[in-house]
Parts: sequence; structure tokens; C-alpha cells
Amino acid sequence: MAYPYVSDREVRIVSKFFGDPEARTLAGARKRGRYEALEKALAMDPDDVVQVVKSSGLRGRGGAGFPTGVKWSFMPKNRDSPHYLCCNADESEPGTFKDRELMRWDPHQLIEGCLIAAHAIRAEHAYIYCRGEFFEASAVLAEALEDAYEAGLVGKDILGTGVEIDVTVHIGAGAYICGEETGLMNSLEGRRGQPRVKPPFPAAAGVFGMPTTINNVETLCSVPSIITNGGEWYRQWGTEKSPGTKLFCVSGHVRKPGNYELPLSFPLMELIEDVCGGVRDGHELKAVIPGGSSVPILSAAECLECCLDYEGVAEAGSMLGCASVIVMDETADIVKQVRRMASFYAHESCGQCTPCREGSAWVTRILQRIEDGRGTEEDLDTLIEVTTQMTGTTICVLSDSVAAPVQSSIEKFRDEYLALIRRGERMGVA
Amino acid sequence: MTAGDGQTRETVTLTVDGQVVTVPKGTTLLDAAGHLGTRVPHYCYHPGLTSPAMCRLCLVEIEGAPKLVPSCKTVAQDGQVVLTGSEKAETMRRGVLEFYLVNHPLDCPICDQSGECKLQDYVHAEGRPHGRSREPKRVFGRDDFGADVLFYGDRCVMCTRCVRFMNEVEQDPRLAVVERGSRSVIDTFFDEGLEGTAFSGNIVDICPVGALVSKDFLHKQRAWDLDHTPSICPNCSQGCNIELHTRDNLVQRLKPRANLDVNQYWMCDYGRGRYEWINRADRVDVPLVRSEGRSKAMGWGEALGALLEQLRDVTEKGTTVKAVASPFASNEDLSAFAALVTQLGGSEIVYRSPQADDEAVLKGFPRLVRRRDLAPNRTGAELLEMTRIGDDHGEGGLEGFARHDGVILVLGAPLADQDSTFGSDAALYVYVGAHPVSAMGSAHFVLPQTTFAEQEGTFVNHEGRVQRFWPALQAPGAARPAWLVLETLLGELTGGTAPARAEEAFQRLAERSPAFAGLSYRDLGTTGALVNEPARLVGD
Repeated sequence: MAYPYVSDREVRIVSKFFGDPEARTLAGARKRGRYEALEKALAMDPDDVVQVVKSSGLRGRGGAGFPTGVKWSFMPKNRDSPHYLCCNADESEPGTFKDRELMRWDPHQLIEGCLIAAHAIRAEHAYIYCRGEFFEASAVLAEALEDAYEAGLVGKDILGTGVEIDVTVHIGAGAYICGEETGLMNSLEGRRGQPRVKPPFPAAAGVFGMPTTINNVETLCSVPSIITNGGEWYRQWGTEKSPGTKLFCVSGHVRKPGNYELPLSFPLMELIEDVCGGVRDGHELKAVIPGGSSVPILSAAECLECCLDYEGVAEAGSMLGCASVIVMDETADIVKQVRRMASFYAHESCGQCTPCREGSAWVTRILQRIEDGRGTEEDLDTLIEVTTQMTGTTICVLSDSVAAPVQSSIEKFRDEYLALIRRGERMGVA
Repeated sequence: MTAGDGQTRETVTLTVDGQVVTVPKGTTLLDAAGHLGTRVPHYCYHPGLTSPAMCRLCLVEIEGAPKLVPSCKTVAQDGQVVLTGSEKAETMRRGVLEFYLVNHPLDCPICDQSGECKLQDYVHAEGRPHGRSREPKRVFGRDDFGADVLFYGDRCVMCTRCVRFMNEVEQDPRLAVVERGSRSVIDTFFDEGLEGTAFSGNIVDICPVGALVSKDFLHKQRAWDLDHTPSICPNCSQGCNIELHTRDNLVQRLKPRANLDVNQYWMCDYGRGRYEWINRADRVDVPLVRSEGRSKAMGWGEALGALLEQLRDVTEKGTTVKAVASPFASNEDLSAFAALVTQLGGSEIVYRSPQADDEAVLKGFPRLVRRRDLAPNRTGAELLEMTRIGDDHGEGGLEGFARHDGVILVLGAPLADQDSTFGSDAALYVYVGAHPVSAMGSAHFVLPQTTFAEQEGTFVNHEGRVQRFWPALQAPGAARPAWLVLETLLGELTGGTAPARAEEAFQRLAERSPAFAGLSYRDLGTTGALVNEPARLVGD
């Protein structure tokens, strides 16, 4: 059961044991060095653990890219009230499939990461909020957790240090918005999965009203090796502002789609050409969505110089997000793709904020009409204006996620829209 | 700003739209703007509920902040420069208002809310002249929520005030948002609906649009035709501050009026639904004087002249006086009545008062209770030293009255358990009332009085709060406030002058009764003041 998609360009840190079924078992994981970092971290003062992670420059892998160590340092130093760690394993962004693999192949790495992070923020309970559809991943994780409890690695008196940290796997019920950190907290508490107004920020009042830190699966998985090897070690990859390695989920019209762990700042074209074997034979690159469906789309020309780190992708006019690279060749029908994204977001809008609730559905209906050949050129102006009204006016950024692909596609692929509107011609098939 | 205990409360000073304002620490931007008279548009925010900041209409700009912030939830900070009407904020509001209209049916011509609708108001004030949506509208249709509430899903702006009212204030979570995104709709659980709730009528009031409407008021009147008169709910001793909404000289509906000490923003369904009696058309509308077995209509001058003659006569003879009052009468009426009875040598005034078997408490504001005492002014009667007789139905206890051969004076009491022989042996029987009753059949004088809705006056609620109400309706025929008639008689008997206005009548009351001493209409204002002797309260 070797992991099918590997490349010699990879630097495999968090994905080191992908394709290695033995790493799933506790014995196999320990043989491979899992929980050694935990032992080291528990012997350290929590603030020192934070300091190491700060020095590594590790940034949140969920999409926003906020420095992890800084986030941890927002947590109160005293323990007057319970502190909580939430691991966001709701991975629901279309195009993303890295956290699932991390949990499937190396559950102990995640548990270890959770324990170290919980120690660092002085939390006694870590919740892993797992996407409801991840049946296999959650089962693997639950089994690993049970083994870890039995081995005294989780729970009371971890490794004889007297530290107590519980870990709970919570299975979501299937809503995109529960991957938004405050929506996740509401869902975890048994409320409607709706984002909360910030402030208060989670570090002040999060789950059950207590100080909480929420980290992505990949972020927490990166922590053990940073603790083992130190912050400077992690900085050997990537750039000053975006250090380390990152899992890239490549999907779409490439010969070898898959999860590839690469140093940040890896050139996008090399990812497509070298790592993924290029676009399919006889086809040429048309567009790339570099960070999951909610970020602006890049035209082939924009991809040429793009380096995959937080700043590089921003420079190219998009966002690295969770590094879910969706590659499209010339057969892709941009209008249809964008309509499908919009209808996804309209379906998943929680319905609290008016611009998102009404706007996402409205945008979808306009796009559907254009796709059906009943659009007008005015519709494009309306789409731009409506999505502008949806940007920055809501509690969370789901609304902005509808706007980004719509606006960027109209800007960059206006021809395709016009061909459909004026002549009923589709520029692609898929 | 100084608090009651003499300590200086912490304040913050900020600038809103160029005007400097100082507000207590913790005040929201929306309230701070309100201090300056700037009303920031909003739907989901309501002062009596928590604020989810989800309607996105109250977003304002703070200088230096990257994004607009919800003013209902953002706490004012020292030195903040807030712009409620900046181009950025107005553009955003115009956008949000357009979103509200994407699926709104625009059925204003047949919508009860029209004229008092916040969607109409805001769109007229700041919205785009034309919507750009060309798509078919989403249709939810209409649903009977039970109780007095009808739901028009298509008009809903999804502010969730109704859901939050049921969760937080009534604390009987009967409503929920079902589905998500643009399919979100307010719904009840199964068929249970709002049936059996005691305060759900309030969700119709707080619904900013026509999504929740009253079945009782459905298609009855247009909002702009209604006159609003501040009043006090006459249906129990809680004394909820209300407005009488009237047209064509009829009360069309009752609405709560904010009084944070008594009823906050709410009133109960029991009180809200009982206004038809105010509109009763069968009225005593002319003074009736009986002589030689026949009743004869007379003008006030003639009738009072004849009555005075008889009153002087019985006073000279020292005939015993028995008096029955009503806890539904105003303090001014009761006080004048008491003074007249005393003047005539009477010693005791009795009243009968109905009581309910149970009460209904508003859990989120437990001071608001639909009280067991169903009369609005029982405390007033007690403070004026009247004695309660009879049972909980407001009946019985009049055995010594029916055949009394002296003087019988009745003020406003319907005497429902008495027939037309009541008072037939009396030397003089005067009945002051608004509606014809059997028990007035033998009265020598029937004097028409106005109801509380037709006169100015005060009630004292269960906790001793004296509260004013104002006239909303024209009195029929020659009906006059009872205090005016009774004080006139008293003036004639004592040689003094009678008060001409309700305010003066209240002044007389304050002079006569220690409980009211020192109070005046000015002190009462629109939200009332406590009497001097709260210890004497009846309570229940």
C-alpha cells in the first residue's frame, strides 16, 4: 500500500510516513520517533515551547497563515479558568485533502502535536473537530487515541510528568461553515454552526466561553518536529516570512494529482510540470486556483512567475490559503466552474448575515442564467457590484469567498462570459 | 455623569459624525449615536434582546479601522471617531438593503406592517431607487404559528428577534431558524406552534417587517390611519404601559409602551387581547332621573340641580350612606367619590374585585406578571381606604346593600349579580356608570361617566406606581369623567370650587390622601412614580 504520488522534489516532514501503514499503530509510531518531542516539550516551560514555535516562524496552515507561536502567546498565562485547544480537522474547503491524509496515515503525529500545543497554552483538554464525512480518518484517529490513552500518553499524568491533558475526537455533522473557527466552536458546544462575532476572540472567550486556541491539523502536525529539531532547523526551508514546508493538494488536469510536501516558495510551474507531471497530454494550462476554491483564480500567464508562499501568491493576485492547487486546462469551462463554486457557497452559507445569505444565492442564480445562455452583459456588472457589496461586510469570510472567484474570473476570463452571453458558445466542456 | 450613590461612573468620550459625546463606559456605538439623536438603521438589534450583529445594517465606520463594525455590538472607546453616514457606510447600507429586497415580495399594499415597516423606512431613506435582481423570487408562503401570530415567510428579513424573544425573554423556545443560507426560515416545532404561550404577541411588535402579524389585527386598519395614545393596560394590576391605537373612535389594538421599571418593552397576550369592552356601543350617554316610576333624560344642569336638592335633604335627615366603588375607576374618580361619601356622612366604601386563578410570569423579566388581580386600580382603592368585599369572581357581599333604605351611591361597579330591584327600597340611589346594567333599574339618578380611554387620569399598579393615562376616544353623548361630576357636587355641597382639569383633580387627591401627598402630574411624567406608602400595597 505504498503512497502512490511521490516526487523527489518533496521535503517530507509531516507527510514522512504517508504510505507506511505501520506508522498508524502506536508501536510503529513510537519506533519512528513519535512522542519523543512530547517528552521533550513536557519537560519545558510552556512559554519556552511557545518561544520555539515562534522562532520557527510556523504559520497557520488552515488558510489565514497567522503565526502559530504568536497565536499561542495570546492565551492567558494564568489558569484561573479552563483553557481549551481545538484542532480544526473539518477540512471542508473544496480542493483540500491534506488533513484527511495526515489523520489517516499518521494519527499519532497529530495527537502528539495536540498534546504539545495544549501544554504550551496550558490547556487541559484538546478537542479534535473532525469533519463528519471523514469516516476512515476519524476511525483511525479514534483507534490511535485509544491506544495512546492506554499507553499513558494522553490523559492523567502523561509520561509520568504529572501533566494532565485529555483529547477528544468530535465528529461534525457536515457543514462547510463549521470549519470556520467560531462556527466550529458553536458546533462543538451543540449550537447551530454559525460563526460568532469577534471580538471577543477565541483566546479571550472561545469554546464554552473559555480561552481557546484553534489550530489546523497540519499546523499541529508540524509542531513535534519543530520541537525536536528547533526553530532554526525549520527555517532552512521557505522564505523569511513563510518558513518551512507545506502540503500542497494538487487536483484537476494534471497527470499526477496528489498531496506533495514542498518547501514554501516552491515555484507553481515547477509544481505543475515537475512534481505533478504537467497538464494532460495535448492540453495546455488555462487557469489555476492556488489556495482552495475561495481564493481568486490565476490565469496561466499569472502562474508563470508565481512562487507558492503566502507573500508570493498574494503578489500574483491570489492567496495561498490552504495550498489546494486546482489546475485547469483549456477544456475547463470557467463559467461553469465558478457557478459550481458559487452554488456550493450559497448552499453552505449559514444564513446569518444578509449580504452572504441573500448575495450568495443571488449570485448563483445570475451565474446559472448566464451558463444557461440567458445572460446579459449587464449581468457581469451586476455580479461585480453585488460581490463587492458582499466583501468585508459579514461576520466571517464565507461571503468574501463567493466574491473572490466570481470577481477574478470575470476580470481574467471575461471573454468566456461574453462568448456565452453573446453567441451561446462554451469555451470548455468540464 | 454621576450615579445615584454619588460616585462618578466611568465614562468615555468619542466623536460621532463630528459631534462629541460622553457616554458611560460599556455603551455601544449605536446607543452613543442615539444620545446625539442619530438613529443607525438596524434589524437584529433590539434593546430588550441580545445582539447577534447579523443583519449587517448597523455597520459604521471607525476612523482608522480596516473594516466597518457593527455599531450594535461595538463598545465605544475613548477618542474614537465614528462615522455613521460616511460614503463607505452608506454604500454598504445601500448594498445590504438591496439584498433584503432580492426575495422580498414587495406586497406593501396588502401588508399590515406597511406604514410602520422598517424595511420601507430604510429603503425609502437610503436604498437604491430600483433593485437589480431579475431572478425569480424565493417563495415560502404563509404559516399559522398559533396563538395570535401569523407568519409571512417571504417578508422575513431573518433578524431572528422573534426566535431570541422566545428563547431569552419568554424562555419558552418555540421558534427556530430552520435550514440555512437563503433557505433559512423561521419555523415552529411540529404542530405545537405558539399555542399556550402567554407573551408571544410581543414577537409581532418586535418584528421589524410584516413577517409576523397579528391575526386579530389582520387587514383591519392601515398603520398610518391609527392614532397612538399613551395609556395603561386596564386588564390587570401590573399596570403595563401601553398605547391605545385608535381609529373611528374605536380602539383597534393595544401595543406595549416601553417602561423599563414595569414592563420593559413587553405586555402579555391576555392584556393585549382584551380591548373590545372599551368599544362597547351600549352606553349610558345622558343623565337619567327617575320620578314617579319613570326615567327621564335630562341635561347635566337640571339633573345635578335635582340631585343636589336631594343630597342636601338626606344630609339634613342624617340618613345612612352606603357606597360601592370600582377598582376599574381612576384615582381621581375614586378620590372624588370618597370625599363626597364622607361629606354625606358615609363611613365605609366597599369595592369588589375579580381575581384570576393563576398568574403568568415573563421569565426573562420576572417583574412583569399578568397578575391575579385583574383590576387596574385595586391598589388605588386600597390606598383610599376602601374595603374589598365579595369573592374572586367579583361577586357577592352586597347583601346589606340591596334592600338598604338609606342612601346608596355606586361608582362604576357593574353589580352583575344584582337585578333591577337593587336599591329599590333606598331613599336615594345614585348610580354613576358607563354601561347600562340591570342593577341601575331602580336608581333615582343614573349619571353617565367616561371610560378610562375617554378621560385623563391615573391608576396605581400592584407595586404602588402611580401612572397616567390619556384620553384616546371621544366620550359618547353627555358622558363626563366621574371626578368632574362628583367634584362639582362636592363643591356645591361644601361651597368650595371644583377642579376643572384632571391635573387639578389629582392635586385634590394629593391634598386629601397622605399616600399621594406631594405628587403631581408633572412628577408622574409618562412612566409614573411610586406612592408614599408602599407598605400599604395589596400585592398578591
